[in-house]
Amino acid sequence: MRARRGLSHTHVGSLHAPDAELALRNARDLYTRRQEGVSIWVVPASAITASSPDEKDAFFDPAADKVYRHPTFYEVPDGVAHL
Amino acid sequence: MYGNDFSPPEDGPGGGLLGEVEAAEAALREAAARARRGGPTPDEDLEAYFADVIDADQKIEPRDWMPEAYRKTLIRQIAQHAHSEIIGMQPEGNWISRAPSLKRKAILLAKVQDEAGHGLYLYAAAETLGVSRDELVELLLNGRQKYSSIFNYPTLTWADVGAIGWLVDGAAIVNQVPLCRCSYGPYARAMIRVCKEESFHQRQGYEILYTLSHGTPAQKAMAQDAIDRWWYPSLAMFGPPDAESPHSAQSMAWKIKRFSNDELRQRFVDMCVQQAEVLGLTLPDPDLRWNDERQSYDYTQPDYDELMQVIKGNGPCNRQRMEHRRRAHDEGAWVREAAAAYAAKRAEKKEKVAA
Ligand SMILES: [Fe+2]
Ligand SMILES: [Fe+2]
Repeated sequence: MRARRGLSHTHVGSLHAPDAELALRNARDLYTRRQEGVSIWVVPASAITASSPDEKDAFFDPAADKVYRHPTFYEVPDGVAHL
Repeated sequence: MYGNDFSPPEDGPGGGLLGEVEAAEAALREAAARARRGGPTPDEDLEAYFADVIDADQKIEPRDWMPEAYRKTLIRQIAQHAHSEIIGMQPEGNWISRAPSLKRKAILLAKVQDEAGHGLYLYAAAETLGVSRDELVELLLNGRQKYSSIFNYPTLTWADVGAIGWLVDGAAIVNQVPLCRCSYGPYARAMIRVCKEESFHQRQGYEILYTLSHGTPAQKAMAQDAIDRWWYPSLAMFGPPDAESPHSAQSMAWKIKRFSNDELRQRFVDMCVQQAEVLGLTLPDPDLRWNDERQSYDYTQPDYDELMQVIKGNGPCNRQRMEHRRRAHDEGAWVREAAAAYAAKRAEKKEKVAA
């Protein structure tokens, strides 16, 4: 669901429906009774491939030792502007 | 606005119940930001890993390892909660066509629709634990899973709709606000949504009673009668006293439950006294009085034997509620079948086009 123009879609919940079109309608009825959104995407759960949290450490390991990807890694000499 | 502000014992800012819901939501985000840990390390004991996540006040998510008993307890609790939302539509649905004005009809319709939504959020949360909604509906229909005993009492007058909103939804909120901090992520997130919507329910009920209690003497008497009948069943909603509540300690250790039945009941009583005063109505308890030492009200306990009887199926409306639910389910079969047939037909068409 996109809450307002300019924001990215965020997962809000699940539901049952026989097809995508009804899923959209059900999602509107279930998750936007108070104008919570301006756009809805529905995706069948079977189409989602998830990385399990159990794999978190190993799966996301490659990013762990690359602190130099963050700007805060670098020391900026005193007096340098606009950097 | 209606003075339902009270100071929680130790958590949350003093913004009333909604403030507590927001605090719970903030805590959820804050815990996520801390992201203390990922999955278990290769040689870590799974029980120890689970305990560690709970200790760190982090959420357990669907694909995390969890003890079987934790999973079972959650399925039972969330399913029972979902069933209660669905069955709870009946006592009030009864009054939609008889509500005294178009405005009241529209409001009540919206409220009852909300309850259906709550049921669906909760069934979806239960499904993340590996049980299907069909199975849960079946367990309700064949009586193997229960719903809140409060919905086995009848709604005799329009004032009952007010009393349900104020007392029943009120008690539900007191019960549910701490569940926004439950250790199981999908349940906690569903409860945050539910609680935000519940506060409208409670206020519309209070407003109905306020209008009646400031109307004719007959209307005021009707409001008082409704409170007289709903007060003790509402107190019983918090469950048996702590000493007789076998599952509580384990649920507290798992951080599913955050406060005991008696603590929540006391919290509810302390909230209601002042709200009843503003209504100009009396809570039907001659022994209700302020206890300076405890900084709380002393009150008469509800009849727990009656509660057990109602849970066992002997309440005034148990049979009627279940019959109605079964009938609605059976009579809705053609809708489910038609939707499935329509979807199949469209899928077929698409295939033909693709071929
Ligand atoms: Fe609800
Ligand atoms: Fe409600």
